[in-house]
Amino acid sequence: MSAELPRRSAAELAALLASGETSSVELTQAHLDRIAAVDDAVAAFLHVDAEGALAAAAETDRRRAAGEELPELAGVPIAVKDVVVTKGLPTTAGSKILEGWVPPYDATLVERLRAAGLPILGKTNMDEFAMGSSTEFSAYGPTRNPWDLERIPGGSGGGSAAAVAAFEAPLAIGTDTGGSIRQPGAVTGTVGAKPTYGGISRYGLIAMASSLDQAGPVTRTVLDAALLHELIGGHDPRDATSLPDPLGPLAAAAREGATGELKGVRVGVVAELGGEGYQSGVRDRFAESIELLRGAGAEIVEVHCPSFEYALAAYYLIMPAEASSNLAKFDGMRFGLRVEPSDGPVTAERVMAATRGAGFGDEVKRRVILGTYALSAGYYDAYYGSAQKVRTLIQRDLATAFTQADVLVSPTAPTTAFRFGEKLDDPLAMYLNDVATIPANLAGIPGISVPNGLAEDGLPTGFQVLAPAREDARVYRVAAALETLLESTWGGSILDRAPELEVAP
Amino acid sequence: MPTLDRNEVARVAALARIDLTDAELDRLADELQVIVASVEKVSEVATPDVPATSHPLPLVNTMRADVPEAPLAIADVLAGAPESEDGKFLVPQILGEDA
Amino acid sequence: MTETTTALVPYEDATTRYDTVIGIEVHVELGTRSKMFCPAPAVFGEEANTSVSPVSLGLPGALPVVNEAAVEYAIRIGLALNCEIAETCRFARKNYFYPDIPKNYQISQYDEPIAHDGWLDVELEDGTVFRVEIERAHLEEDAGKNTHVGGSAGRIHGAEYSLVDYNRAGIPLVEIVTRPITGAGERAPEVARAYVQTLRDIFRALEVSEARMERGNVRADVNVSLRPAPDAPFGTRTETKNVNSFRSIERAVRFEVSRQAAVLDAGGSVTQETRHFHEDTGETTSGRVKSDSEDYRYFPEPDLVPLAPSREWVEEIRASLPELPAARRRRLQSEWGFADSQMRDVVNAGALDNIVETVAAGAPPAAARKWWMGELARTANERGVALAELPVTPAHVAELQSLVDAGRINDKLARQALEGVLAGEGTPSQVVESRGLEVVSDDGALLAAVDEALAAQPDVVEKIRSGNQGPVGAIIGAVMKATRGQADAARVRELVLQRVGEG
Repeated sequence: MSAELPRRSAAELAALLASGETSSVELTQAHLDRIAAVDDAVAAFLHVDAEGALAAAAETDRRRAAGEELPELAGVPIAVKDVVVTKGLPTTAGSKILEGWVPPYDATLVERLRAAGLPILGKTNMDEFAMGSSTEFSAYGPTRNPWDLERIPGGSGGGSAAAVAAFEAPLAIGTDTGGSIRQPGAVTGTVGAKPTYGGISRYGLIAMASSLDQAGPVTRTVLDAALLHELIGGHDPRDATSLPDPLGPLAAAAREGATGELKGVRVGVVAELGGEGYQSGVRDRFAESIELLRGAGAEIVEVHCPSFEYALAAYYLIMPAEASSNLAKFDGMRFGLRVEPSDGPVTAERVMAATRGAGFGDEVKRRVILGTYALSAGYYDAYYGSAQKVRTLIQRDLATAFTQADVLVSPTAPTTAFRFGEKLDDPLAMYLNDVATIPANLAGIPGISVPNGLAEDGLPTGFQVLAPAREDARVYRVAAALETLLESTWGGSILDRAPELEVAP
Repeated sequence: MPTLDRNEVARVAALARIDLTDAELDRLADELQVIVASVEKVSEVATPDVPATSHPLPLVNTMRADVPEAPLAIADVLAGAPESEDGKFLVPQILGEDA
Repeated sequence: MTETTTALVPYEDATTRYDTVIGIEVHVELGTRSKMFCPAPAVFGEEANTSVSPVSLGLPGALPVVNEAAVEYAIRIGLALNCEIAETCRFARKNYFYPDIPKNYQISQYDEPIAHDGWLDVELEDGTVFRVEIERAHLEEDAGKNTHVGGSAGRIHGAEYSLVDYNRAGIPLVEIVTRPITGAGERAPEVARAYVQTLRDIFRALEVSEARMERGNVRADVNVSLRPAPDAPFGTRTETKNVNSFRSIERAVRFEVSRQAAVLDAGGSVTQETRHFHEDTGETTSGRVKSDSEDYRYFPEPDLVPLAPSREWVEEIRASLPELPAARRRRLQSEWGFADSQMRDVVNAGALDNIVETVAAGAPPAAARKWWMGELARTANERGVALAELPVTPAHVAELQSLVDAGRINDKLARQALEGVLAGEGTPSQVVESRGLEVVSDDGALLAAVDEALAAQPDVVEKIRSGNQGPVGAIIGAVMKATRGQADAARVRELVLQRVGEG
């Protein structure tokens, strides 16, 4: 039984725990074994905490045995992207500048996971400070896509997506600033969701772009994502931007969607996303998915969001600008790496510059300098100020589109997983991976990516569903419906078709 | 539009307190010029009648009551410090104006 | 870097040829219980870094949340300064690298302060009222404290390293910025001082801060520039920091005027810079030159949502404001019937609250003033202490006056009783009792003394009878001497005349 436990969904595992057919300790150990077996090849984890996870599992088993009423996912192990602070566990954000840093506090979402009794298996790999779309910019080496170990797993949350795709964890936490949950989901055949901005607390997320960042679930099924989202989401008084409203019934929406019935739902295809520049297999799978939705009773309409043409540009101004300020605290004075200049006076200013020069990777340097420039005296209006206006235009276009449709859909990413090194020489080419996912972050609306097949190259593609702010339930409903429809045509999950990973001796 | 040339990159890197080697400076200048050229177009549509959006969802007045809570234990505060002395963070000499 | 000898033009000379324009930035630490953006306690002890949270330490992942009390205090200050309270305002990040600000940015307010466009009438010592225009008051967080170790006298230049304590990081501050203050002329130093003092009194009255300059609760930066004439464009200004007392404010302005006048007289131009005031010498020296490093890259703080204080809340706060010091002084002066100059003297002597309490204890205002501004002020002066330090209370003074009003002691005896109180012998009543200072009011005893005096000077009787009032005084004097001053002189006069009349 143990060996196949990691193949189950979190909801299935929760049921097994509730019925007593397995224990959290057994479950956690099974996943630790799986990690030991495959993570040398996949490199999804930066840190595995076997001891802590098993202790938490034992505690949850004890609580359950004592008759305590537990949340549905209690006892199901989870991996956490290394951008989220975890008390007592090293947290690096994929950067050398935080090598060895152990936070003295937990992020709110981690507190909620612990209170609910989910054992934390470890911290997953990511592009440094969440800047990237391939996890190649991790200072600790890349993570490999379980579908093809010579290819990227997406980014910045490639570690969480790969861990879930490789059955090393049934659940993972990711963060999404421009697509960093959704795009890895698309290229690894997993589910990734970004909530409405403010839907899940940012307290304890190492900030990249404060007005864009959101934590979210990384899973293999839509229901699992909804369950996890409900568990960790909701108002947090320690995050002034967190929504005061209650989340709404997300798991119920997923279950409703799973009936495959979408009569009366208007699905808007965004004309600006999914055309030129999108791989043919991606477009084909997308078109097929649209047909499935139509068959389920949905009304398909075309919508136009002309301002999306400027979305990438606006994002690559707003995000670096905010990041340049958020990353200023990494200076070698209070925590993390400290590097002294090799010659000349050792002053605070020079140590800061030497530390950051040594501790930040190329992509981080690019974005911090770009962002500093965009905010500089004389340039603010043209760059950052203008980008904030584009944001308004995007919100307006979406508001109009949502009068015509209940949800908007597009392919999640323009291509399937590319090979390592393929896009490293051209930052712009790398940025284009996020062209479909970025608008949701700029506008603050919820989005999900659900696997919708394999392209001509045999690699997974993703289908993105977007909804108006606070209407997260809609994305879960529609995504769950598509998942049901697709899995019935596939006869199982897309991951059934992933190659078996070689198990380490 | 002003260009982000090598000198400008050097100036901005200093402002951002990031040491760059000459090779890095050259490479970054090239890359950034390309990036800036592609993002500049935001100003095309950023006309005066369009308001800027700084916060995606329009919340206001989120505040907290003035109730103190237990602070971090000093051991936790200093745990990650590269250097400390007498319970304070030890930092290299600071040039510039007196505090 | 340091000037060898600073050329100075004598102040009086400088002000005849140049018009002074000043600007003052005041930071006040708010007396909230927790910090501006996190719940770490705002009151802390000596031990460094014992009052920080992940937020005020600037740890990765931490987020700020606005302290409601700080906002209320800021609105109180804005209202007291006759400002408009913003309908909506945002916080902004001020980005710069310095080890005492843990995030390497300060959360402040940039183009959207919570209060703006106000004014404050400042009363100078001679009663002149000067109106200072307030440009804005905004909220921000304080920095931590650096201690420089090594080098000369603990100052940064030549220091080996620094030690940083973040206890103070995140304490709420309100920064108040004046518009350029013009028209003060040679009185600019006085105006600067009086402005900050008036602010300090307001902060205390509003109970938003302990407002002790010597403790750093109130900090002032003074901007000074000169121009050849009041209608000329503004000159280049300098900003002087480290001005730690009211007196220093005045001295710093005076020095800068003298220094800048010398620079301009020599045909040079004033460098726009930040200067540092030295308590010991009363001089300012050059600090950092304002340069490119001052590009703060302000942008709206994305971690905080805008503040939109409702008009109802603002009016609630306005209604709850206590009487402000100036208004209080006007009311008291009117109630007491003091002349302007009398009131001014009382305020300048720091005797206002003493008189308030003495009146509350039952004494007439004029009497209260007489004692505090007379005998007690003189005593305090002689002893070289402040009025507050004398071991006599308003209750004592009121009691003393009531004894006088009851006729039990006269003025001279009252002074003696007061001496006894100051010497720690007890309350006025107790001193009168123990020293036997009571006025002799028994007519019998008085008549006996009168008779004795008349008997001693028989020719006086005739003189008085013939209409000469002069010698009456001599008899009274003799009686007073005989009774050791404890007779009521008026009654003695009556008895003398009565006796003579009976003749």
